[in-house]
Amino acid sequence: MTATTTRTDTIPHQRSRKRRLVVVGNGMAGARAVEEVLERGGAEQFDVTVFGAEPYGNYNRIMLSHVLTGEEEEDSIFLNSLPWYTENGIDLRAGVAVERVDTAARVVHDAQGGTTPYDVLVLATGATPFIPSMDGLHRADGSLLDGVFAFRTLDDTRALLAAARQHRRAVVIGGGLLGLEAAYGLATHGVQVDLVHSPKHLMNQQLGPEAGRVLRRSIEALGIRVHTGVRTKGVRGTDRVSGVELPDGEVLDADLVVVAAGIRPNTEVALRSGLEVERGVLVDDRMRCEGDVGEVYAIGECVQHRGETYGLVAPLWEQAGVLADHLTGADPDAEYHGSRTATKLKVAGVDVVQMGLPGPERDDDEFVVFSEPHRGVYLNVVIREGRLVGATLLGDVRKTAFLQQAFDQGLPLPEERTSLLFDLGTPGEEVGVAELADGAQVCNCNGVTKGAIVQAVEGGATSLNAVMGATKAAKGCGSCKSAVEQITQWAAGGNLTVDESANWYVPGVPMAKPELMAAIRERGLKSVSAVFRELAPGGTEDAKSKMGLTSLLRMMWPEGIEEERDGRFINDRVHANIQRDGTFSVVPQMKGGVTTPEQLRKIADVADKYDVGMVKVTGGQRIDLLGVKKEDLPRVWKDLGMPSGYAYGKSVRTVKTCVGTDFCRFGLGDSTKLGIDLETRFQGIETPAKLKLGVVGCPRNCAEAYVKDIGVVAVGGGKWEVHVGGAAGASVRKADLLATVDSPEEVITLAGRFIQFYREWGNWLERTYEFVPRLGVERVRAVLVDDSDGMAAGLDERMQATVDNYRDPWLEGEQPVTPGQFRPSLPLVDLPLVPRRPAGAPGGLAPEVHSNSNAVPSTAEVSR
Amino acid sequence: MSVPTQRAVRHDVCPLDELPVGEGRTYVVGGEQVALFRRRSGRVSAVQAACPHAGGPLADGQIDERVVVCPLHQNAFDLDTGESTTGAAPVRVHPCSVGPDGRVTVEL
Repeated sequence: MTATTTRTDTIPHQRSRKRRLVVVGNGMAGARAVEEVLERGGAEQFDVTVFGAEPYGNYNRIMLSHVLTGEEEEDSIFLNSLPWYTENGIDLRAGVAVERVDTAARVVHDAQGGTTPYDVLVLATGATPFIPSMDGLHRADGSLLDGVFAFRTLDDTRALLAAARQHRRAVVIGGGLLGLEAAYGLATHGVQVDLVHSPKHLMNQQLGPEAGRVLRRSIEALGIRVHTGVRTKGVRGTDRVSGVELPDGEVLDADLVVVAAGIRPNTEVALRSGLEVERGVLVDDRMRCEGDVGEVYAIGECVQHRGETYGLVAPLWEQAGVLADHLTGADPDAEYHGSRTATKLKVAGVDVVQMGLPGPERDDDEFVVFSEPHRGVYLNVVIREGRLVGATLLGDVRKTAFLQQAFDQGLPLPEERTSLLFDLGTPGEEVGVAELADGAQVCNCNGVTKGAIVQAVEGGATSLNAVMGATKAAKGCGSCKSAVEQITQWAAGGNLTVDESANWYVPGVPMAKPELMAAIRERGLKSVSAVFRELAPGGTEDAKSKMGLTSLLRMMWPEGIEEERDGRFINDRVHANIQRDGTFSVVPQMKGGVTTPEQLRKIADVADKYDVGMVKVTGGQRIDLLGVKKEDLPRVWKDLGMPSGYAYGKSVRTVKTCVGTDFCRFGLGDSTKLGIDLETRFQGIETPAKLKLGVVGCPRNCAEAYVKDIGVVAVGGGKWEVHVGGAAGASVRKADLLATVDSPEEVITLAGRFIQFYREWGNWLERTYEFVPRLGVERVRAVLVDDSDGMAAGLDERMQATVDNYRDPWLEGEQPVTPGQFRPSLPLVDLPLVPRRPAGAPGGLAPEVHSNSNAVPSTAEVSR
Repeated sequence: MSVPTQRAVRHDVCPLDELPVGEGRTYVVGGEQVALFRRRSGRVSAVQAACPHAGGPLADGQIDERVVVCPLHQNAFDLDTGESTTGAAPVRVHPCSVGPDGRVTVEL
């Protein structure tokens, strides 16, 4: 091969040596192919050019459903950002579509009129959503009706998100994987969703009828209305969609419609280039395009291999590997023989695993089924001649690893077939890690096998982070992280290293908490800047460490520190919780959730006077005023005349109570009074992470004390149980019983001792549900109840000093601490605007959208 | 960091005393929203007021000598170059100085 060397802006001797690899398509398949080529030393052999029709780097399409639900930010789904391409010397043509390829002249013609010569071409053009023909779907000019969406790209997802915020009713057409994800995503935004699916049951591509019915119950439990066995007849609306018409004439009202009726391979470029195309671009076992077209390959959703097309990610990974083996010569004999379709995914919050047959096909197939619809659990296995040929797990996927292995390798199966579905003394999940085959795929998003993880560990990666960095395992949806960690631990044996910085209290000062506290005490450091100056490498400040250090210093020096306002997070500078639009939420203290008509009147007056965006009852039994402008905060506090409820800090938040003995006919102890006393004593105290308390008057647990950081339960006979380490947030954990005591006073003493212990020994941002299990409740009990270490008196004393020095921060409203403490910082940009709930709707106040435009004074009027 | 295509104008914005040490404040300078920061070392910086990620108020962020961290999603931006250290798009940076009269000026 020869190439011209006339261009002076390239390096001539490289130009003459390297071949030109052009990849058409920058989706998951195209980018993966490039990565695989680079991994095999391909940068030495190829100058790589990648065309991507979307104007972005390469993102994880699987994660778009998480972006739709708001679980992930857009930024976090990028696999390779734009700088990655530059760093690897790849010429990325983002936002440039390809028109056709001249395989004779070996030139790519793009939509901008450019021509790019190649030596090796890879087509990875992916697929597009299939839009079935329906009456009224298109306007006269052929464009889709407003309000009709597909769900395939980042732009689709952005448009859907915007629509979900504006509209109330949606119809999703298609009850496969994508349709369910779309319906779930919209429902999480409070949109009423109807799901219309023409086959008889949901996910009919993967699941049998019974599993589909169980899944349907789980979907309906989310408030989504499911219509199966119903074709969509047409779409109503002239310019904008207004509803979807069913064959029986019923019309489902809709402000938006999502069409998720499957995908079709993108074959236009291949067709225009004269390649052989049936349903997809035809390729052989080396991923090479059929016909006499030279070095042209294709992979991903656009291809048809041995009659199959694939729409899941795992086959793409396999194809990319085979392709790279050929292109680089790493393994000239590599062949792709098709993928066994094993699906492992989480759809609409439900775990689904499916491999092989969804049900029995022959008379002598064994079929073992367990179905528990009300829990959303359905499990089956299909066995033929003693071998596993199919398995479906819905809602309970603990046996996946074992079944996958049995399925892939045809292992002999236990005589007691039910043990395939349940752990009946067979190896559990923990043991399963050791037994898992090397080829077993652990991370489905990035196609990482157990073998690859073991290899990474042997190659020197001996911490979870290092393994994740080396293999990309657990860097997709993250659901396999615990499995990756287990395999890493198992493979590393005793050599597992912990990332040293993971033990530091904050990233900017290389010390664990006890060491840091000793140094601070020894040197008498009382300001954040002094800590950096004395203890940080080079005395360098670190913005992300400041908040944790402020909290630590305030804990260590209860009588006061050298206050530096820049050491505080904005919430702690203005004593309110910053919201997405830069406004704040104000939650006045309402001890134990008990209020008065007078307080309620004041709150109502304040909400009116300051045009509060939403008034919301919180989960912590208080009232939240949302959308308050920063400059209004001091006046809002003054008009309320109530102390801060601390709904913004890493601190003691609230004490939930039930109605106790005054009114409740079951109450065994006055939980209301005890809750108020606890909140009075411990209000606003800084803790490593937020601390939520609850007190209940009997074990009926009406205020959810069993899932609080500290939960107190009256059990009769004047006795109270104190539980610690519970949670009911992103993690759910029942608290551990610390002790049973005989009086409310003892509850207060023990709770205070626990809080102080947690303040002194908990890591920054470590919730009690992590702190208590880390030490073990037995250890916590020994220290706090039995005083095994002689620490109790000191803890009590330091807690008392903290309580004595408490001052309500909302008093700062009268005398700002810094110039412009309450000056607005709100940008004048139009985004993001938080829409008001519609007038008349629950929580709705006024019809207009609130914007904070013109909230900032110009230079001419900056003085206050 | 963008290079101004038009002639930059020096704007008198505020006395340095109006910027608390280690904090930021937002001003409108030449019709544009600008967040001014005063580092502990005394250096001042001026960057665009809204975080390019989701419009967060950067002046409410925490700073050190190098970066400002947006209060909404903790994206960080170099105060001198505007480049993000967390993979977000860069912010615009405007030349900024403190005059002998103790007033902060910004070129825009």
